[in-house]
Amino acid sequence: MSEMRRVTAICNGTVVDHIPAGKALQVMQMLRVDIGRSNPISLVMNVPSGKAGRKDVLKIEDRELTQEELDRLALIAPNASVAIIRNYSVAEKRQIELGSELVNIARCSFWNCITQNSREPLPHKLRVISADPLDLRCSYCGRSQSIEELAESIL
Amino acid sequence: MAALGFVGGQGMSDLITMDDLTNDEILEILDAAERLLPVANGDVYAPLLQGKVLGNLFFENSTRTRMSFESAMKRLGGEVVNLSSVGSSVAKGETLYDTMQMVDGYSDIAVIRHPRQGAAQYSADAIGIPVLNAGDGAGNHPTQTMLDLFTIRQAHGSLEGLNVVLVGDLRYGRTTHSLSHALVRFGAKLTLVSPESLRMPTEIVGDLQSHGSDVVESENLAGAIADADVIYMTRIQKERFPDEDEYAKVAGIYKMTADDLAVAKAGMIVMHPLPRVDEIDPSVDSTQHARYFQQAFNGVPTRMALLCRSLGVEVPEEVGE
Ligand SMILES: [Zn+2]
Repeated sequence: MSEMRRVTAICNGTVVDHIPAGKALQVMQMLRVDIGRSNPISLVMNVPSGKAGRKDVLKIEDRELTQEELDRLALIAPNASVAIIRNYSVAEKRQIELGSELVNIARCSFWNCITQNSREPLPHKLRVISADPLDLRCSYCGRSQSIEELAESIL
Repeated sequence: MAALGFVGGQGMSDLITMDDLTNDEILEILDAAERLLPVANGDVYAPLLQGKVLGNLFFENSTRTRMSFESAMKRLGGEVVNLSSVGSSVAKGETLYDTMQMVDGYSDIAVIRHPRQGAAQYSADAIGIPVLNAGDGAGNHPTQTMLDLFTIRQAHGSLEGLNVVLVGDLRYGRTTHSLSHALVRFGAKLTLVSPESLRMPTEIVGDLQSHGSDVVESENLAGAIADADVIYMTRIQKERFPDEDEYAKVAGIYKMTADDLAVAKAGMIVMHPLPRVDEIDPSVDSTQHARYFQQAFNGVPTRMALLCRSLGVEVPEEVGE
């Protein structure tokens, strides 16, 4: 675990490890930890990892991410591992789960989808056709979603 | 593959995409439509849907589809209420959700046509009464596919093993996409005839081939006529093209005349979802092959069968007796 020493251990908070290399910024965006908060965040990118070649690691201090928040990561980092840290040690490990449908996590990116009218009240729903490779389709219009675009359409 | 239409938790009674129907269900509906033919053409009166009200919601115009649903409902003794979107609450910016709540209260079944894709599934999720999709943007139009299948089976007795030639705009046309998906489920062979710029999208062609079907692409209509069992012509729509020049290159590229059909098999039929522009010359109308007006009429018995199915009304073996 030599790469973990690149950033100091945190006292309390959440560590998201094994993020695909280069995706940590998108992960931050999806977790919405990049805006409106003052928690210290450490980010390491492109560190060598036996398992995945290279990986990114994200440490968020003084905040324990909920399962619901973490499940958002299934979109870009389905194999990330998550540890909740309390008093410098791992208190809980959490798995990211990709359900069969993502409800109100991201909006469909198709310009002519009925859900583009922001006043329509029904939830945004994306159906999981396949987890690997990730294939998501809007439950209303049926369009396949580009994962890059989805990061921009997080609710 | 999976039934997109079932996602919203609605019942068996909606029809949003062709994926909502199994092959057996498709054949059952076609059988029921055949039994309803004498009702559709007015020879027999069978008030199977008496007391039922259809809400016809056309957020964009489609005279043929709207009228055939209306005719189907009325021939079966039902009533129709129409939404006219001009000057209504819709024009005042009402959400689709709110409009559908109103329709839920006024009718027993809703038919919706909407310019936005996904509108039919959204409506089905929003209300409890059955919803039939009559076209959502570039998405699905399953009742058109059903009437096309009905017309083909009526002429050939079966859907299996036919050589169906699809001609024209195969790139944007949802009609041909949906029909070709349905046909390969029944083992049809497809010949796709289009100009290079309007070829069927490669992912759709791949999808069709993955069903084990024989799919041939060509730019040449004349060479495809002799072996065809069905020639399905479509209109090349001007509004699909970014500029006049691109349109001019392909406009009028396929013009079928009666003379072209001299090499055709006796039982070959020519279909078209209509309206046509100049892709089928009027000289074809009087040949034994022309089937497009019959096809338009077939919208009535097919939609009758679909209305009955969604409303849980059995079509008797002997209608009107
Ligand atoms: Zn959509």
